[in-house]
Amino acid sequence: MHYVARLARLNLTEEEHVTMGSQVEQILGYIKQLQSVEIDETIQPTAHPIPMSNVTRPDAVTASLDQAKALENAPLQANGLFMVPKIVE
Amino acid sequence: MNKDLSFHCLQNQMRAGDLSAQSVLQGCLDRIQAHNSSLNALIHLDAEDAMQQAVQIDQAIQRGDNLENKPLLGIPVAIKDNIAQLDQPMTCASKMLRQFISPYDATVTRALREAGAVLVGRANLDEFAMGSSTETSFHGVSRNPWDKDRIPGGSSGGSAAAVSAAFCLGALGSDTGGSIRQPASYCGCVGLKPSYGRVSRFGLTAFASSLDQIGPLTLKVEDAARMLGVIAGHDPKDSTSVKAPSEDYVSGLGHDIKGMKIGLPSEYFVEGLDPEVRGAIDGAIKTLENLGALICPISLPHTEFAIATYYVICTAEASANLARFDGIRYGHREEGKDPLELYNRTRGSGFGEEVKRRILLGTYVLSSGYYDAYYLRAQKVRTLIRQDFERAFEKVDLMLTPTVPSTAFKLGEKASDPLQMYLTDIFTISANLVGNCGISIPCGFSENPRLPIGLQLMGRPFEEQKLLQVAYAYEQATQWKMEPPL
Repeated sequence: MHYVARLARLNLTEEEHVTMGSQVEQILGYIKQLQSVEIDETIQPTAHPIPMSNVTRPDAVTASLDQAKALENAPLQANGLFMVPKIVE
Repeated sequence: MNKDLSFHCLQNQMRAGDLSAQSVLQGCLDRIQAHNSSLNALIHLDAEDAMQQAVQIDQAIQRGDNLENKPLLGIPVAIKDNIAQLDQPMTCASKMLRQFISPYDATVTRALREAGAVLVGRANLDEFAMGSSTETSFHGVSRNPWDKDRIPGGSSGGSAAAVSAAFCLGALGSDTGGSIRQPASYCGCVGLKPSYGRVSRFGLTAFASSLDQIGPLTLKVEDAARMLGVIAGHDPKDSTSVKAPSEDYVSGLGHDIKGMKIGLPSEYFVEGLDPEVRGAIDGAIKTLENLGALICPISLPHTEFAIATYYVICTAEASANLARFDGIRYGHREEGKDPLELYNRTRGSGFGEEVKRRILLGTYVLSSGYYDAYYLRAQKVRTLIRQDFERAFEKVDLMLTPTVPSTAFKLGEKASDPLQMYLTDIFTISANLVGNCGISIPCGFSENPRLPIGLQLMGRPFEEQKLLQVAYAYEQATQWKMEPPL
């Protein structure tokens, strides 16, 4: 559970580790029934219910959100930029 | 309460000048004022903005503007709080977005405005639409208007409760595994999940992208058909929306359903189905037979694997979709000494328990070494489920099932057991896995306590017209009185 939480970038409290760990285990136990389904080699996976591929649009310039609007919900901003902690020392 | 609240009836009066959009809205605002503090169906209300919209409609009517192309003229509509509405909050019922203001309209929101609807408020939901009861909402649970000790269902529980209590006359919800149909069933209203690709999702906060679909909740089938006509259609901004024009969903209502073949999947009528629900469904089957429908038994052999398949696929997709909530560009943020610590702390404290549980599960089933055993396998079982439906639909036009195995449960009854909560989705999730359209309509009541029961009809992808035609025929033949005891 610690490994998966790290992959998901989720800080969990010790209590959450315990309760969610056992709940996830219980759910995975239920999901295990999929192993008993007979699947022959001809069965392709379904990623999407309606078959479609390569949806494109014309490569044309259109209006988008302006800078002020795009920054409106930023938790921290300055000079028209999103502020983040230092990445490179 | 005004006796006939159908869109058709109200609009005739408004267009004739006998009723103003302002007074229709005022009726809704009065009911909200009286009951929303106990029901918590709407989590944000901008009454001034709504009244301004109604004033403009009344002025347009008085001026004699051409309003023919406004199928929702003056109709108050609530929007689930995971669908964007310009300059209004969109919290997704999460601490993560508690201060988020939408910088644009979702395509469906814009379509409602253009159709003349009055946008009346933001409806409660389970956090990020993950749940079946609204109990995971950061804003607290909504209550069922039929019994305030019970949940309204979820995740579109606020939308269903708001429609049932006539806080609005229509609402938008989103349905990933039953999130429109299940609360509609519990609250005694109509809930329509359109076919995958029918309605644009631009501006809907993504939960599970191969399953999510936006749809209407209303009091009557005809109103749902009208709303669908407004929101359906191809949108270049959603690459999964299908290039099929919106159809006229209203004019086919009232056509008789003689000879229509309706299948009963035997796997849906098994142990665990509440006897009162079973009784109501049996009654509905008789009614449809009397209307000339042909009832046939069918089989969907992989039904027992649908929930497991669904919870692998939806959590996997959710874990990817919710990666965007990182505390940088919008939403909640907890500082950290480096970006990684910032992400971990922001997401750890910004998401609620159910969302975290699903992200963990989804991350696990996608992780190296488990991908084939869980995710790929689930996608293959999804193919088998789809083939079940394709085979069955060779024999029938539609399928009929209960919407949920029982009536609305009590607050807290399943909150501590996520698996029990997931199992309530058994009859609704297949439509999402397969891309079918589905509708829940009222079909009776349990006796003690008196709670609404819903029946589900499912149709092939893009056969909403047929679905609505049969739903309407049933509704007209039965005329259940759906006024909650508020």
